[in-house]
Amino acid sequence: MSFSHSWIEAVAAASVSIVTAFTGVAWWNSPGDIRAAETVVVAAGAFGFEPTGEFTANGLEFDPGERPAAFDRPIGIMKYQVSLGDYLRCVEAERCEAPDSRSSDREAPVTGINFLDAQAYAHWYSARTGEDWRLPTPEEWAHLAAERFAGEVFTRGQDPANPAIAWIRRYEEQVRLDRKPDPVIHPPGHFGPNSNGVEDLGGNVWEWTTGCYTRIEQDGDGNPVGEAYENCGIRVVEGAHRAYMPDFIRIGRSGGCAVGTPPDHLGFRLVKDAGAFAGLIGFGQAAANFLSH
Amino acid sequence: MFTRRQALMTAGVASIAAAVASIPVAAAAREAVAAPDIATLPRQKVTLVAPPHVHAHDQVARDGPKVVEFTMTIEEKPVVIDEEGTTLQAMTFNGSIPGPLMVVHENDYVELTLINPESNSMPHNIDFHAATGGLGGGELTLINPGEQTRLRFKATRAGAFVYHCAPGGPMIPWHVVSGMSGAIMVLPRDGLKDEKGEAVRYDKVVDIGENDFYIPRDADGNFRTYESPADSYADTVEVMRGLVPTHVVFNGAKGALTGENALRARVGETVLIVHSQANRDTRPHLIGGHGDHVWELGKFDNPPAKDLETWFIRGGSAGAATYTFLQPGIYAYVNHNLIEAVELGATAHFVVEGDWNDDLMKQVQAPTPIATN
Repeated sequence: MSFSHSWIEAVAAASVSIVTAFTGVAWWNSPGDIRAAETVVVAAGAFGFEPTGEFTANGLEFDPGERPAAFDRPIGIMKYQVSLGDYLRCVEAERCEAPDSRSSDREAPVTGINFLDAQAYAHWYSARTGEDWRLPTPEEWAHLAAERFAGEVFTRGQDPANPAIAWIRRYEEQVRLDRKPDPVIHPPGHFGPNSNGVEDLGGNVWEWTTGCYTRIEQDGDGNPVGEAYENCGIRVVEGAHRAYMPDFIRIGRSGGCAVGTPPDHLGFRLVKDAGAFAGLIGFGQAAANFLSH
Repeated sequence: MFTRRQALMTAGVASIAAAVASIPVAAAAREAVAAPDIATLPRQKVTLVAPPHVHAHDQVARDGPKVVEFTMTIEEKPVVIDEEGTTLQAMTFNGSIPGPLMVVHENDYVELTLINPESNSMPHNIDFHAATGGLGGGELTLINPGEQTRLRFKATRAGAFVYHCAPGGPMIPWHVVSGMSGAIMVLPRDGLKDEKGEAVRYDKVVDIGENDFYIPRDADGNFRTYESPADSYADTVEVMRGLVPTHVVFNGAKGALTGENALRARVGETVLIVHSQANRDTRPHLIGGHGDHVWELGKFDNPPAKDLETWFIRGGSAGAATYTFLQPGIYAYVNHNLIEAVELGATAHFVVEGDWNDDLMKQVQAPTPIATN
């Protein structure tokens, strides 16, 4: 397996210079046992983000609405979800567990993997490439997904006198969403790119993030009351809608989603800190070191 | 009476001749007793509607017995039975799975015109568990594509009963698990009663037919599709003989009674649920509710059981249960073999609107971190 025409696609003007810098790097074509992932760099920016977790006031869930979020440096993200073929290399290296379900197409995204598998792959892949790859936070995922970000698609407010009202409303929202399960694992690029050039966001493979399940009690002024509850055994999964999934779950159907069609498949892609792009020489050096082993 | 069908199916000219010769005497005798009465009875023509809906009917009969005329057209057609698009080469009474619920009163006469259009590929018939003799009518109703027949039977026993296709031998289970079943409800003339003889009334009735399907898979484990029922037969029988259904569903498909097709009611409304299963045992349960009055056996001359959590419908029978909704919300009505309910499809939803009753239930403490001392 050789490094094949890997390149960085940049949409944001801020990262044009990075593209220029990378396309000329000759060692990309050197032989090796792992193919570098095609990467998209998304510029720094500010955006509105509906926070993960549950928000309650006087014990009743409320809708926290969008809150401002911002990244002050570019983030690199894999253009495609991690493929089955790439993931199986980690399995062959005995650093990752075999997926619970798989496509017959090694180019297709890996599915049937849990949060811990995705993390194990990130560690292995980082070690192999000498780069600092990791799962995105939900905020990063939202920023990179841009218009493909769905987040909470069901309203969260509750009527204090009648819990059934919100319950029925969510049920009907789910009906209107009319998302049919799509069990087929499609080839990469099937769902097309978003405005940042990142492929297949919000398709039928949901993506693990590092977000933990939280519950925050607030007073009328939006100030937290007491300690926030955090459970990192449950992670945030983003895609056509947000889901909360125990970290050991490999098949989306069996995991979370109090309402809504459960995720068809669980997969992931990795991001890379801006630091890796800031120090291009160091980055290339690390890769070269790896290749010389 | 002796049908052309029986004649065609009897081997040997001599036996046909003998049979024909012997029949008219008995037939004449029966006609002499019954015909004049029936000829003078009022007739009512009822247009059937597809389940879960039920045609308009009186809960208490207004007058004496009558002849109630129904027509059903048998339709063989592919039906999608789950959200993955798995297709059953279905056989249906009147185009729906289950076939429509017929409602009459005890001692009414049911007169069914059964049509098997030319476009179908197989002979069909109908066996009413509510009927007496003639294999439930199956013996008198076997029709080829391009034929129709009319059967009359007296509804002498009150209750919800299964009907199904039973065209003989291995065709019987195959036609049934291809969708050919439904129910008829014979109400007591003075309506439903509880164990004390007090009237039990309902605001609406829903007809739930449960089916077990046996869809063959290909070498990769994917469900196969076929060009026609006949094409699917050999593989399907093999799956059937394993007795492990691939789908257990309400009203013909996974999700047929959920989401936009969910059943609806209001707090305070009483719903009568008729539940039939022509082939296999099932155990209905209303999550968050109960069976107020349950005719588990489906037969209304027996007093209903009360306050049931789960009831049992024997394969080849229909049961009936009333429930008055007391709390708003989403109720799941399931076959409480939960594997069949969730994995195989036997789940319906009721969306019930109205005021919440804190006396019946209240969340006293919302989920919160565990208190530590």
